[in-house]
Amino acid sequence: MTSPTTTQLRKTALNAAHRRLKARMVNFGGWDMPVEYSGIVSEHLATRTAAGLFDVSHMGEIEIFGDRAIDLVQHVTCNDASKLAVGQAHYSGLMTAQGTFVDDLLVHKISDRHYFLCVNAGNQDQDFEHIRTHNLAGAEIENAGKRYSQLAIQGPRALGILQRLTEVPLASIPYYHFTFGDVDGVDCLIARTGYTGEDGFEIYFVPEHSEKLWSHLLEDGAEEGLIPCGLGARNTLRLEASMCLYGHEIDDTTTPWEAGLGWICKPNKREFLGREALLRQKEKGVERTLVGFEMQDRFIARDGCAVSAGGKPVGRVTSGSPAPFLKKNIGMAYVPPEFRAPGTEISIEIRGRQAPARIVPMPFYRRAQ
Amino acid sequence: MYPSDYRYTKEHEWIKVSGNTGTIGITDYAQHELGDVVFVELPAVGTVIKAGDVFGTVESVKAVSEIYAPVSGEVIEANASLANAPEIVNSDPHGAAWLIKIKLADPAEASSMMDAAAYQAFVSEKEASA
Repeated sequence: MTSPTTTQLRKTALNAAHRRLKARMVNFGGWDMPVEYSGIVSEHLATRTAAGLFDVSHMGEIEIFGDRAIDLVQHVTCNDASKLAVGQAHYSGLMTAQGTFVDDLLVHKISDRHYFLCVNAGNQDQDFEHIRTHNLAGAEIENAGKRYSQLAIQGPRALGILQRLTEVPLASIPYYHFTFGDVDGVDCLIARTGYTGEDGFEIYFVPEHSEKLWSHLLEDGAEEGLIPCGLGARNTLRLEASMCLYGHEIDDTTTPWEAGLGWICKPNKREFLGREALLRQKEKGVERTLVGFEMQDRFIARDGCAVSAGGKPVGRVTSGSPAPFLKKNIGMAYVPPEFRAPGTEISIEIRGRQAPARIVPMPFYRRAQ
Repeated sequence: MYPSDYRYTKEHEWIKVSGNTGTIGITDYAQHELGDVVFVELPAVGTVIKAGDVFGTVESVKAVSEIYAPVSGEVIEANASLANAPEIVNSDPHGAAWLIKIKLADPAEASSMMDAAAYQAFVSEKEASA
């Protein structure tokens, strides 16, 4: 809970607003962040059925400029950024030479000479150093996190609520595309992206306007069921949607093939960091793979719990939690590929007992289209 | 907020003593810190517990909290309604969401614990430093 280091934690521009809302605050990767306001379950359900507003200003932004910008992006990430159109974004991995994750990120193509990366809060400085170290292309790089606040408005009513504050025709922005426009008098990068499994938007803007945008969105969205949501609901929402979290499903020991992220790994695009290792692993096959499971009784698997199959230890839970919308206890774990098939019975060690679980297909939750 | 006829621990359990029976639960502060409670695991009737032992688990969406026995005794009843309605730990922690009743090994054992005023002061200090 409270620690003497509270004052050294980094704060978003909305820190005072969160405290006025009586949010429970936690140290998240060195940031003083809201974990919940009204409660994780109600925030999770509001995002699934109406809309949720998240302050995700702790997320890092790194911008890459110049004629060689594409070469640098291609060199350090595993997805094929040459396929991006201007105004399009994709999910990708920042790779080590071993083909493991320095971080996962969103790459936005603003122009041929300008790429905008959104990276994890706790990784942004090491990401920046990593990119700089590998900047053989000589592109211009800026660690730009301090210049941006970021709000995520997510859920089936997110579009309608955000539309009240902007003349940008939001419905015309396809999924994983973005545009620039005025929201409530503030210049924003408006991206149709998210980390909840719902439709919605992530908007980036200069921090000084944070309180105004935050409070106007909450006021205008209230009648539609919009509520402020913290990192607790963000985590349960992304887990239900089977999205990876750095430090849990992925880190510098895991590869895209192992994490079920082959769809962001394009070794045929050209040379990039980790390509050789990834090609070798693809040919050889992985020794472990990320699976989803459902508990078969009332026990709740938690991060780090040991996984057994056929009486033998086979892996560990990477994320485990109750799923508030699905009303099941779910999780993800790494297991050898022979245990990956849906229906396979495994057991999870919880407080010294073996609790039964079953492999299920992912995603656990997929929104109606 | 905190019933005056209960006693409290620094681990945020309460105990109500009547005769040689003690009823034990977690405090409003504890349920608030945990958030939405989704699972409660309690000992079987007949289990003998010692003061300071972990006798049960209360889980919220985000956290697992072990519950310590404030006093020693034998479990004579566990609150069966919590199996299907664990959320009452959030809504009525000092009442309907009692966890267990025990036959006290020493009915005087609880008298040295914090009373309501002392516990209120204890949690106010925690809240002020948050």
